[in-house]
Amino acid sequence: MSVLDSKIPEGPIDRKWSDYKNKIRLVNPANKRNIDVIVVGTGLAGGSAAASLAELGYNVKAFCFQDSPRRAHSIAAQGGINAAKNYQGDGDSVFRLFYDTVKGGDYRSREANVHRLAEVSASIIDQCVAQGVPFARDYGGLLDNRSFGGVLVSRTFYAKGQTGQQLLLGAYSAMSRQIGKGKIRMYTRHEMQELVVVDGKARGIIARNSVNGELERHSAHAVVIASGGYGNVFFLSTNAMGSNVSANWKIHKKGAQFANPCFTQIHPTCIPVSGENQSKLTLMSESLRNDGRIWVPKNIEDVEAIKQGTKKPTDLTEDERDYYLERRYPSFGNLVPRDVASRAAKERCDAGYGVNATGEAVYLDFAAAIERYGKEQAHVQHVESPTAEDIYKLGKGVVEGKYGNLFQMYYKITDDNPYETPMKIYPAVHYTMGGVWVDYNLMSTIPGCYVAGEANFSDHGANRLGASALMQGLADGYFVLPYTIGDYLADDIRTGAIPTDTTEFDEAENAVRSHLERLIDVQGTKSVDYFHKRLGKVMWNNVGMARNEKDLNSAILEIQNIRNEFYSNVRIPGKIDELNPELEKAGRVADFLELGELMAIDALSRNESCGGHFREESQTPEGEAQRKDDEYGYVASWEYSGNPSEPKLHKEDLVFENIKLVQRSYK
Amino acid sequence: MKLNLKIWRQNGPQDKGEMKTYPIDGVDGDMSFLEMMDMLNNQLVESGESPVAFDHDCREGICGMCSLYINGEAHGPDRGVTTCQLHMRKFNDGDTIYIEPWRAKAFPVIKDLVVDRSSFDRIMNSGGFVSVNTSGNTVDANSIPIPKDDADKAFEAATCIGCGACVASCKNASAMLFVSAKVSQLSLLPQGKVEAKERVLNMVQTMDDEGFGNCTNTGACEVECPKGISLENIARMNREYLKGALTK
Repeated sequence: MSVLDSKIPEGPIDRKWSDYKNKIRLVNPANKRNIDVIVVGTGLAGGSAAASLAELGYNVKAFCFQDSPRRAHSIAAQGGINAAKNYQGDGDSVFRLFYDTVKGGDYRSREANVHRLAEVSASIIDQCVAQGVPFARDYGGLLDNRSFGGVLVSRTFYAKGQTGQQLLLGAYSAMSRQIGKGKIRMYTRHEMQELVVVDGKARGIIARNSVNGELERHSAHAVVIASGGYGNVFFLSTNAMGSNVSANWKIHKKGAQFANPCFTQIHPTCIPVSGENQSKLTLMSESLRNDGRIWVPKNIEDVEAIKQGTKKPTDLTEDERDYYLERRYPSFGNLVPRDVASRAAKERCDAGYGVNATGEAVYLDFAAAIERYGKEQAHVQHVESPTAEDIYKLGKGVVEGKYGNLFQMYYKITDDNPYETPMKIYPAVHYTMGGVWVDYNLMSTIPGCYVAGEANFSDHGANRLGASALMQGLADGYFVLPYTIGDYLADDIRTGAIPTDTTEFDEAENAVRSHLERLIDVQGTKSVDYFHKRLGKVMWNNVGMARNEKDLNSAILEIQNIRNEFYSNVRIPGKIDELNPELEKAGRVADFLELGELMAIDALSRNESCGGHFREESQTPEGEAQRKDDEYGYVASWEYSGNPSEPKLHKEDLVFENIKLVQRSYK
Repeated sequence: MKLNLKIWRQNGPQDKGEMKTYPIDGVDGDMSFLEMMDMLNNQLVESGESPVAFDHDCREGICGMCSLYINGEAHGPDRGVTTCQLHMRKFNDGDTIYIEPWRAKAFPVIKDLVVDRSSFDRIMNSGGFVSVNTSGNTVDANSIPIPKDDADKAFEAATCIGCGACVASCKNASAMLFVSAKVSQLSLLPQGKVEAKERVLNMVQTMDDEGFGNCTNTGACEVECPKGISLENIARMNREYLKGALTK
């Protein structure tokens, strides 16, 4: 077994990054002009990396499959972004953010990476404000904060429920400036199909122009993959329809190892599934748990009455309700981390207390918050002896100001008014902590191939805390990668432009063409969605919120069967050389059909519970996740062997020098 | 419910294009409009016909990629939503629904319902930013207090999703609402004031060069905007433009 070299710098944890930066090799500005970098994906990680690299002087080529870089799925992030600013003076610090993130990740992330993330977090806020990102402010004109799950301080910066949108538009504007200057060449409606490796180094990609179907060759001295997560392997998830694993999967098949693929985040507060034709799930931001209380009826008779429509949730008195998170976790209450909240909802619904027709929904209730804010406002506005109606009106105004767009979104989707009746929510696939293995420099096991943001595995361990994805995406793109990539590119100042008329490019292009032809030539009877939905059901039932040996083994066989059927019975209309959305989907689903199996294999090999990975065989007497640090205190990194069913396992042992491993408790 | 869909089909930019009729059955009210389109496309694929090409991605009303002109309205009959958030409960059994692409000179059709909106990106490239490097060596975020009212107004303008419904709704195919949203956001904030003049002049110039029409204050854009971007922004941009043009 080869040893994975994480290249973590020597020294005390709080000096590692600054000492390393002082020693890293730099490329002089004149030489940067002769170096090309490809960035795949224009979300927070890719967009910020492209802009920063261009500002530094490199020639950047950026690619996205959407019609504009501004549409990457980071735009849909709602709640906020963490930073150790301690503006609230509530005891926050870089160490505390570092500690919370490692603990929140259930001790399956790399200490050095997480500490660096916490260190640069404050700069992100400064940077974004300088770009004109309109964060929420208080009446004194200073930045406002809120609290997120799994922490006891308020360190989350936000812009209503649209923080991701505002941050992405900030990165997009930084990109726009460089596109205007000609330092970034932007390729929209282009999808990466293959990585080109020359003499062992990543030197380019083959991309398909989706408008005319042409396969294009693009060369560079380094390739950055920032293509996001792979939650769509479950078919139904909160990801955008186009979110996919393909860029990651192509580099995996070319030699990049894939780490902890089974670490999936199931977000507790999503709008429940309504029917068979549903194409995606919608998240209701975790920020709602600041003010919303989660409950199900205490008595099973009330559950039945609600399902039959003879009772409404608002008919139930306080003592007929089971606020199960507050009951089980008194110190964190409704703000326990996502994995804990999701499992608790599943536990109640499995016990028969789910409140909708499918039995898979719990209430998220704002009545108490509306009353509390209403009373506060009545006091502030000197309303004497306010009526219940006055209080409701005033309180509703405050809640609307904080979460208005989320409430409107909920209303539009469900036709229920959440100001009057509690929201119904249920867990759904939201984020993937696993991803391509990278070292401290964010370089994969292919020299010159870097991976940033959700696409890599490094910072969130087995469970990501809320408001940390935005932080990591921008940290990687603005403040980490632009430095670390210089160390590698310093060797390329005399290389000159990489030619594309070489055997390596010929072979890569031919491989892509024959793969696409193979797909389109099947001419079977079933649509791509048919296979994707079947895969999704297997993943959700067997590789979802709770996993066990028997189900995982059967998932592996089922996925193999679906994959075989896909290649013998899928029907893709149209041609390769035209705009063909079905062909694009087919390419992505083909990769999901291989990834899904790897996720099941990884989940099977990790016979412990940690964070979002819950093995039924490994739980505490109270039903909490039971880690086995002695046996599984490592990163599982998988090498592609040529056959998707036989990946090869490599291990990176996780060493904790600054944080003591304990059973995670939020009680 | 049963519906009769009349959909614009156009094979490529040079193709003439025409409306074609597709009956569809089994649509339920909880489906989103695009899920209804998915259902139609799966039926078309499995019966050997070519599916309808349309743009979409996040399906939660924020990416701005979906773009259908439904029964003569951008994003259809509901207010404050994009097409992906429009639900079939807004329609009745037996309805005929007309589905067309955005129509504007600056948004040429690529195929069926897919149009090219890269003109919007080019307007942004000409000035939709604050010229600050991403070095992280800027001042502390709290060193410049911004009145909550200004910050809130800037935020409201910044919620534009760049979908192009304003252009599609305007009889002149004007992009004033889109451009003014960005100009407003940055001119309301101290960070953006430094280069406010140059910004507005450059962005308006690019907007004109791209072939968007003029604004004649009909206000259709504001009504159809899924994010409720206000006409006030156009007024603010006109002031900024005048200021910029006179004092340049």
